[in-house]
Amino acid sequence: MEKIFARLSWLSATTLLLVLLATLYVLYIQAKPAMDEFGWQFVLDPRWGVDVVVDEAGNAVDGGHEEASGADSGGVVRLDMGDDEDAIPMEDETATGQPELAEGDLDGEAIDEEIPMEDETATGQDELAGEAQTSSIKVVYGGLVPIVGTVLSTLIAMAFAVPLAMGIAVFLSEISVDWLKTPVGVAIELLAAIPSIIYGMWGLFFFGPMVAHIFGGSSVSLLVAGLVLGVMVIPFMAALSRDAINTTPNVLKESAYAVGATRFEVVKDIIFPYARTGILGSIIISLGRALGETMAVAFVIGGVYKLAEHITDPTISIPVALANNFAESSGLSLASLYYLAFILFVVSFVIIFTAKEFLLRRSKY
Amino acid sequence: MNLSQRRLLINQLFSIVSAGTAIIGLLFLGWIIVTLVMKGTESLSFKVFTTDLVNGGLRNLIWGQFVLSMIATAIAVPLGMLAGIWLQEYGNHTRYAHFIRDLSDVMMSAPSIVIGTFVYAILVVPVEHTNGWAGIVSLAILMLPIVVRTTDDMLGLIPRELREAGVALGIPKYRIILDIIIRAAKVGVMTGLLLAFARIVGETAPLLYTSGTSEFWPEGLTQTYPSLTVSIYNLATMPDAEMVKLAWTGALLLAVFVLTLNIVGRYVVRDRRKK
Repeated sequence: MEKIFARLSWLSATTLLLVLLATLYVLYIQAKPAMDEFGWQFVLDPRWGVDVVVDEAGNAVDGGHEEASGADSGGVVRLDMGDDEDAIPMEDETATGQPELAEGDLDGEAIDEEIPMEDETATGQDELAGEAQTSSIKVVYGGLVPIVGTVLSTLIAMAFAVPLAMGIAVFLSEISVDWLKTPVGVAIELLAAIPSIIYGMWGLFFFGPMVAHIFGGSSVSLLVAGLVLGVMVIPFMAALSRDAINTTPNVLKESAYAVGATRFEVVKDIIFPYARTGILGSIIISLGRALGETMAVAFVIGGVYKLAEHITDPTISIPVALANNFAESSGLSLASLYYLAFILFVVSFVIIFTAKEFLLRRSKY
Repeated sequence: MNLSQRRLLINQLFSIVSAGTAIIGLLFLGWIIVTLVMKGTESLSFKVFTTDLVNGGLRNLIWGQFVLSMIATAIAVPLGMLAGIWLQEYGNHTRYAHFIRDLSDVMMSAPSIVIGTFVYAILVVPVEHTNGWAGIVSLAILMLPIVVRTTDDMLGLIPRELREAGVALGIPKYRIILDIIIRAAKVGVMTGLLLAFARIVGETAPLLYTSGTSEFWPEGLTQTYPSLTVSIYNLATMPDAEMVKLAWTGALLLAVFVLTLNIVGRYVVRDRRKK
């Protein structure tokens, strides 16, 4: 009996590992056709569901296969680290280089300007597209638009949420009078529990139109999505940061006050350095949440496969692409969506895991 | 202006800015609550609870969401608790336990929609239509790491002496765990489970294409199953104003349910701490 119980509990613990591995494996298998077809350049391709005219179909497809297999053999991990690094400079370039994108027809040219490494394929495709004699048509799926949408909306959310959440956290732990701490704290914790779909609805019907009124543009846009996402993670981040701030020993604070520090100096020089890892951890966990959030964004981002030339333009993010297009997709488009899901899963996994490893070693406490 | 005046001024500014951000943040959140209540009560009536969606009510959806979450809980809780017990009582301090612990923490923040795509591939594609079991499995996968974490944390709070007392009496280890440790940690674990349940009840993304949603009373878990959250998503994007009102009502009911669970959970914790 004893042994059975021990074995059973060990099995349950291993189930977690198995579920995770199964998820990775299934996503990888499902995404395989798209990986073979587009290789890692998938993450740099802004086209989605675009018909590309191929001159000699056999050659083009075979060439693609070779490149893809070459990239694959390099290993899954390298592939994902690659897109993680790429995604961040990418959004910078799109932010600064928007006029270029606007002028270009979002096709090969845009890639050409941004990524020198892509020269061969991009120019090759341009030539192919340019030549009129056609023998077949290939549909091309690229993940750049959802990836950029995800990264940008998350960044906007963070830029909006971090100052507000820190303000709330500091207010709750240091500045507020005692009788206000409990009710406001409880309110924040409860708000963190509200299902995200409600934030999405509020964004669609109330917040979006207001933002559009102030900043112009449409009421579903990258900006609205980022802000709704920000509002959604504020309570979560504030509650976690407050807990981190509250771990500062009173003795430290009292010593600082005793030598005449003002409250600002105590927060700046005592509390923040002491609670730094906790606060950073709360930010990163919120970031992970914002990255994978579907429902709050699905209502307000617009769901259009188009790079946002302006911040108030509608675009799409990975979870929303999955939510909107998954059920009616098949074949290569389905595989491409799985590719996106795989990327999202691995990226959020890597972010959270690194955060855990370096910042939040639970065993220490 | 001398140095101390400047420091005081900075301090004042800081206090004002901090309080200001707190007020702005709370205003946003208050705004959400107010709109939710205002819009949600517009078409709230008795009919909502007595008719199915096809007749303009929410009965089947509420029931469907509840059933999906309950069965998912029934799957995830034993598994998760056993895993938590293993982490704390058997494998504690081993490398593998640390690894599993980190893994479950990471899985807690895994994008829920990706879990949906995974379950879609293994449970929906083979039978070629959305079904209740697929929804249940995705919810259970989401809930599992939360249960593991809760059990792990709560068992960790139990003093070593209790375990030693059990060992001294010559009780086998699994009876110590079941009769002494779990009993001592009961309140905390229950609270955690309640909060975990509250979390998955409001999930939409993993259900979108696993359970789907339907307008009728459910015919069984092998068929497409009604889900409140998915229906809210569908209704809210319809052009029909009545449907949008119904979506708000559903959202309000969902929020009230989730918040009630949270309040109950947190009160239990507070009562326990007072004792």
